[in-house]
Amino acid sequence: MKQKKEVLQGTLALMVLKTLDVLGPLHGFGIARRIEHISGDLLAVNQGTLYPVLLKLENEGAIASEWGASENNRKARFYRLTRLGRRQLQAETQDWQETASIIARFFAAKAEDLS
Amino acid sequence: MKSLRRFLKRMFNSPTRRRQDEQLREEIEEHIRLQTDENLRAGLSPTEARRQALLKFGPVEAMREDYRAERGLQGMENFLQDARFSLRLLRKSPGFTIVAVITLALGIGANAIVFSVMNALILHPLNVPQAESLYQLMHGKDKAGNYSFPDYLDLRDRNRSFDDLLAFDGAVAGLDTGGNPTSAWVVLVTSNYFDGLRLQPYLGRLFHASDEHGANSAPYIVLSYAYWHSRFHDDPGVLGQVVQVNRNPFTIVGVAPPEFHGTLVFFFPDFFVPMVNQQQVKGENDLNERGKRSVFSVIGHLRPGVTREQAIADLNSIGAGLEKNYPKEETDMTFSLAPPSLYGDYLGAPFKAFLTALMLLAGLILLAGCANLGSLFAARAADRSREISLRLALGSSRRRILRQLLTEATLISVIGGAVGVSCSVVLVGALSRWQPFTKYPIHLEVNAGASVYGLALLLALVSGLIFGAVPMRQILRTNPYEVIKAGSTGRGGRRLTFRDLLLVAQISICALLVTSSLVAVRGLVRSMHSNFGFEPQSATLADFDLSMAGYHSGQMPAVQKRILDAVEAIPGVESVGLVNPAPLYAGRVSRPVFTDKTADLRPANAAAQSFLYKVSPEYFHAAGTSLLAGRNFTWHDDKDAARVAVVNPEFARRIFGSVSGAAGQYFKLLDGTRVEVVGIAEQGKYGNLAEDPKPAMFLPLLQSPSSETWMVVRSSTGYSNEASQQMGSAIRETLREVDSSLPVYIQTWVKELDHALFAPRMATYSLGLLGLMAAMLCLTGIFGTAAYSVSRRLREFGIRIALGAKRAGVLQAALGRAFKLLAFGSAAGLVLGILASRVLASIVYQATPRDPLVLAGVVVAMLLLGLLATWIPARRALSIDPLILLREE
Repeated sequence: MKQKKEVLQGTLALMVLKTLDVLGPLHGFGIARRIEHISGDLLAVNQGTLYPVLLKLENEGAIASEWGASENNRKARFYRLTRLGRRQLQAETQDWQETASIIARFFAAKAEDLS
Repeated sequence: MKSLRRFLKRMFNSPTRRRQDEQLREEIEEHIRLQTDENLRAGLSPTEARRQALLKFGPVEAMREDYRAERGLQGMENFLQDARFSLRLLRKSPGFTIVAVITLALGIGANAIVFSVMNALILHPLNVPQAESLYQLMHGKDKAGNYSFPDYLDLRDRNRSFDDLLAFDGAVAGLDTGGNPTSAWVVLVTSNYFDGLRLQPYLGRLFHASDEHGANSAPYIVLSYAYWHSRFHDDPGVLGQVVQVNRNPFTIVGVAPPEFHGTLVFFFPDFFVPMVNQQQVKGENDLNERGKRSVFSVIGHLRPGVTREQAIADLNSIGAGLEKNYPKEETDMTFSLAPPSLYGDYLGAPFKAFLTALMLLAGLILLAGCANLGSLFAARAADRSREISLRLALGSSRRRILRQLLTEATLISVIGGAVGVSCSVVLVGALSRWQPFTKYPIHLEVNAGASVYGLALLLALVSGLIFGAVPMRQILRTNPYEVIKAGSTGRGGRRLTFRDLLLVAQISICALLVTSSLVAVRGLVRSMHSNFGFEPQSATLADFDLSMAGYHSGQMPAVQKRILDAVEAIPGVESVGLVNPAPLYAGRVSRPVFTDKTADLRPANAAAQSFLYKVSPEYFHAAGTSLLAGRNFTWHDDKDAARVAVVNPEFARRIFGSVSGAAGQYFKLLDGTRVEVVGIAEQGKYGNLAEDPKPAMFLPLLQSPSSETWMVVRSSTGYSNEASQQMGSAIRETLREVDSSLPVYIQTWVKELDHALFAPRMATYSLGLLGLMAAMLCLTGIFGTAAYSVSRRLREFGIRIALGAKRAGVLQAALGRAFKLLAFGSAAGLVLGILASRVLASIVYQATPRDPLVLAGVVVAMLLLGLLATWIPARRALSIDPLILLREE
């Protein structure tokens, strides 16, 4: 149970970093919508789970936040990637790609390859 | 790095929590509005748009929990919450809290005090360089530390194991810096003393071997730092000043380093002089006498690479040689080594044993206290079983509940520890200032340092864990469904548990201590009125040493006579006599005596060891000692007359076989002198109050001169405080008229007996104190057991009362077990106490438990204890209202 949550949090964090890297500063809703568009229903039900992840990243120093005005001129909190976050993103992207390719090769393998 | 940053942020976040909650709320609000706007654009109705937005966001509260968990440190927040809750609970039951805190304060305070003393006396080495290789030479079975000066020289020059051997001796001397004679405590040291200890002066210089050129050749003084401070007010100008020591000019050459006060931890001398000047300082020169073991102690640094065993073998071979060469003087020359700070093993070994026993005892007190608090905690947990079940049923984790209980326990133990440590700091301070013997510069320097606080904190935490863990099983087993359905946890146990046995042990120890302390108190009271062989009431003692005023032995009899005549002329004085030493005084002297027929006068052939008192003819009258037979001394029993003695009945029995025929018979002293017994004085107490009858002899002062004497002044002015003070100043005035340079120490005889009463008094006080602690422990123990049994059977009692049970019946059911344990434990303790008073009899005069007052006292004390401890549980059991109880359940 807890493990699943952590995995989710980990992938979510990486998605947040990538989103901010691509789109620049965004508020929470913007990040949520973007992730939803790309990832399908991962965030469709519980958008709220994003916020603890944002706080965790901020505490780690990967992102920073400041208050600004949203599209309809209301007060909103904007998150942006820090230098540290960019480095973290690069490192984790590489990790993910390696892991993913290993897993992919593993699943592609047939019985005779493994014997 | 990442996690550290996160940790710090989270730590820092806790205080600004409210503002951040507000911000999060705004952020969520904005998120939902933006989503709602989007839904509106997609064509939903306003209500539906907002509903969909909320649904999409998910459960806000759960997310908030996560958010908070991420923001602050969950553990810390839980801890604070637990602590607040525990404090509230503790405030609600002040009786329990006070009992628990006092129990722990006792346990932890006792440990802190014993540890402080141990730290100061045993763990902490002397303040000298390389203290770990410094040893004292002890010889013989009883670990004696004293040697004759020729012995010392032989040991120093012949050994191959020590860097150097140093010797020292103590003395009291009159110091006159110009019209103000006072007596001061002097350490006579060999001139290699300071160099051998590797010390550097604070001011001026210390002694060196090059200072010595034979007897009285080095009239130099090195002041202790404390004496330089108190007597000379830190004046550096004292260097080079010439002062009078016993009317001999001495030059102050230096001040010892501040942290150095000799090598005995409990002794604080005023200054140091070279031992070659012994004759000037002590009034006699023993430096060439092999038979007189007047050097107090010999110490030295072991050479690097030499083991203790090698050194001992080396010394033993020297000792064997000495015994062979001087068979008359040398016995017991087998050696052992020990650190010098407590005078070798002579004091060190019993002290260490005593402190270890105390440490063990203190540990047991704490452990027993923890066990008792454990039962109290179990009782509380039983009381709260419904609340706990409810919390479990509502989804609280068992771990969280246990954590709250442990927090409560830790909180109590930390408070108890703080109280205990504060008390111990005060007590240790008082102990440091305490000078049990006003005449001696003896005290303990004990400070509660960081290590003591650390130990106390550790003990507090450990004990909190110990007794907090007792109800753990009870909670882990709680089945919320069963409890809420049935309303009770388990039923009253009938089995004798480990906890019961522990309680019985505590009660019996308590009863043992109560018995012993009552026996000691009764013995002490009795010893105050026992027969000392003299009458201390309405007598004043004046101690002076004529050598301090520079008289040589030829002049002394005349001066002593002049002083006696002058004091006798004081109005109100009935009689005056001189004695050395005063009976029952710490500085006692005993000598071997031989029957007249003994030819070979070596110590092994002695018929008895007898206390020796040198007295003037009027002494017996002034002291109130009656003569049973024969005659008193006269002033004609002088140097030129035949040697005579007055002896006590025990002496007569040992030497002559009977008291009646003793007068007129002869005995011999070690030097071969034949002495005729002319009178028999009544039996008295000489060494301590609890001793068996001991032989004692009185020799005329004129035949065995002594420079130091105690003047016994018996007055008819009564012994009120004021009268004795007036008498004291009259004596001081009179002595000043005779010789203005003579330091004198005046004290009523009753007060002087404090020395003799010290041991029994200490025994009584410490037994009383221990008894009190044990009583406190019993109190919590019985309280815990009784409270637990009442808590567990509350419902049963309610039903009993509802069915018409009598109050007495309920009380019996509730407290019967506690009282049974009490009765059993007390009986066992009483028996043990009766056995233990045999040991006590060696310290306290006539200690016997076969005393109706003692027996009644023990029974009453234990009963009171039981009543006190069961008071609260009994009231609770009686006040059960079955209606309320049954409705509640």
